[in-house]
Amino acid sequence: MSLPARIVDFAEALRAEGLAVGTSELLDAFAALEEVSWTDRAAFREALAATLAKSAEDRRVFELVFERFIFRATEAQAVARGVREASDSPPAAGAVAGQIDLDDLRERAIQAIRDGDESAMRDLARLAIAAFGRRGEGSGVLGVDVQRIRRALDLRGDTQPREDGDEPLTREQLRRFEQQLRRELERAQIERTQQLPPARALNELDRALPSGPLQDLAAVHRVVAQLKRRLATQGREARGRRSHAHVDVRRTMRASLQTGGVPVVLKFRPQRPRRPELYVLCDVSTSVTSASVFFLSVLHALHDSFRRMRSFVFVERISEVTGVFERERNFRAVSDAIGRDAGVADVSGYTDYGRVWSEFLALVEDDLHPRATVIVLGDARTNGRDPRADVFARIAARAGRTFWLNPEPQLYWDYGDSVVRAYAPFCELHECWTTPQLEDFVKALARPQHA
Amino acid sequence: MAAPPAHADAPTTVEAVDAGLRSAGYLPGASTALVAFLAVRLGKPVLVEGPAGVGKTELAKALATYLGRTLVRLQCYEGLDEAKALFEWNYRKQLLRIQAEAAGTGWDAVQDDIFGEEFLLPRPLMTAIASEEPVVLLIDEIDKTDQEFEAMLLELLSDFQISIPELGRIEARTHPVVLLTSNNSRELTEALKRRCLYLWLDYPCAEHELAIVRLHSPELPEAVAAKLVEVIAQVRELDLKKPPSIAESIDWARALLLLGAEEIDEEMFRSTMSIIVKHRTDLDVVSERVGVRLGLAPRPA
Repeated sequence: MSLPARIVDFAEALRAEGLAVGTSELLDAFAALEEVSWTDRAAFREALAATLAKSAEDRRVFELVFERFIFRATEAQAVARGVREASDSPPAAGAVAGQIDLDDLRERAIQAIRDGDESAMRDLARLAIAAFGRRGEGSGVLGVDVQRIRRALDLRGDTQPREDGDEPLTREQLRRFEQQLRRELERAQIERTQQLPPARALNELDRALPSGPLQDLAAVHRVVAQLKRRLATQGREARGRRSHAHVDVRRTMRASLQTGGVPVVLKFRPQRPRRPELYVLCDVSTSVTSASVFFLSVLHALHDSFRRMRSFVFVERISEVTGVFERERNFRAVSDAIGRDAGVADVSGYTDYGRVWSEFLALVEDDLHPRATVIVLGDARTNGRDPRADVFARIAARAGRTFWLNPEPQLYWDYGDSVVRAYAPFCELHECWTTPQLEDFVKALARPQHA
Repeated sequence: MAAPPAHADAPTTVEAVDAGLRSAGYLPGASTALVAFLAVRLGKPVLVEGPAGVGKTELAKALATYLGRTLVRLQCYEGLDEAKALFEWNYRKQLLRIQAEAAGTGWDAVQDDIFGEEFLLPRPLMTAIASEEPVVLLIDEIDKTDQEFEAMLLELLSDFQISIPELGRIEARTHPVVLLTSNNSRELTEALKRRCLYLWLDYPCAEHELAIVRLHSPELPEAVAAKLVEVIAQVRELDLKKPPSIAESIDWARALLLLGAEEIDEEMFRSTMSIIVKHRTDLDVVSERVGVRLGLAPRPA
């Protein structure tokens, strides 16, 4: 297969992973490849990356697909030409299968991982496979084998320092070793079966951002930054340019040229969008436990972006936590503080929406105005109590816009004690329990308002 | 799209660009030099993204220095419009002209006259396009503008031309090297991304950062510089509102140099910490966590 055809194939693989690779990107890629020497692997890859992957996330997917694509291409060639490794020669000196010193192997693996020495890691990965793979030839599932071997070697990404005082291995270092293991296992499998396994889409785990709550927090913050823009600029076009009376001298003079310098048509300065005011109510009861961390991080991010914002958490009763967020910048401290002294851990622990609405209205009735936006984060499970949709309607009527983000899949709405539909007429309902859905919500915000 | 005219000064190898950027006081990573090279060769704009302070703007400056071109900079902000980015009619002059010729001259003659290049006030984008000498155009923090502004840039970025309703099309006399920077505060449109090469700049690895710090403060003792880079890397791992960037590393190195620091000990760290950490809450986190990791005595309660 010629190089251009391969590149097109590669672009196809990228598209399958959801990258927007258009024809123009491909043309750019070819133009770029003409400028670099493509015997230089790094330059070749960078040239492709610069033209095909257009965001940090795309870049990550690109790396994964590139590695896999090149690997598969080489292996396919090897199978086609019948190239095999001499299976009787031991993979490294001094390592007769079955007699490998486990501790020695482990020490050397840790050393290689710490040094980031790719080729040593690969050799050791093969050694480890030779040592542990024999026992039953593996489970047939690569991921399981990788983890089994890693555990057998007792390699862990600890956060605690080891007893011997060495720095613990980081997750990233371990991941790279696992990658080597996986690749060698796959290579062995291909050699055994004489064919490539079917290409599978990168699984979500591989694709997800490096995990950990902090990263998730960053993603939420990014979305909320967009949310801020949407809230800040919405309705701007509806207001138009001439709704008030600051004459824009420059534009007026400019327009007057058409009438020989006589300012016939007055031009006005566009109105600066006013800062929105935000009221956010967040359910922290047990029925939304899994979602409330997400919700709290949304709240946390919102507080970073909006100055004029008041937030409330509720279970059976409502409690204002604006102060907590203003005092504490650290997310963990915030969630601790809310759990400790927000005063929502009421007797029953069951949500009482009716009571919450009444209290909320009593708290903010005088402050609510048509420029305010109310966002409710909750599952609308009333535990059989009166939903008091009428009070909610009064809140929605006083506020400019009202949104409800429900952490339950739409399938479960209105089952059991969920009364989402009772509130639906008064607000814009969105299903929301992941960052992408939060993004959808932000997009929905940008859509024209139904007056 | 026609191929850009080749310039006599266009570099022919990636190594040349790498060396050139180095001589301009900028240590590029491997991909940085390559993308810069491609940008010059292919005449395509480059979208540079990355956290604040990793040298996105510096790259443009260094590239301009290296290529011996003028740097035209357009700083983006919310509400930036055509009149400030592209061009504006010099209406005062136009008015004067009309008044000066009011008597006698026919309207047609005056109208033809006042919409000429003479009455055009060029703004950065126009300057870059119309320049006799090729320039480096830096469109800084494109993510701060509205999407409408991005759309306006498309014509410029793909065809290097600007349409002025009263005057017609102004095509680029020379081909500028265009860099757009973004802090990723919002997603840019696909249309814009499609027209650009993409470069992601991240915090550099320890060795690279050490080299950068040494380049900017060569008098700083090697041991101190190494320690500095190590501490910065630790601080970046914490969950901070604003992790220290390369700019902060350099500032800190300079400060340490001024103070004549022989070593980064606890006292020195505490007194200069505010250079690398710029939020009060971040300060608390750093003083709590980094001091311990450095093996320093914890702060007396």
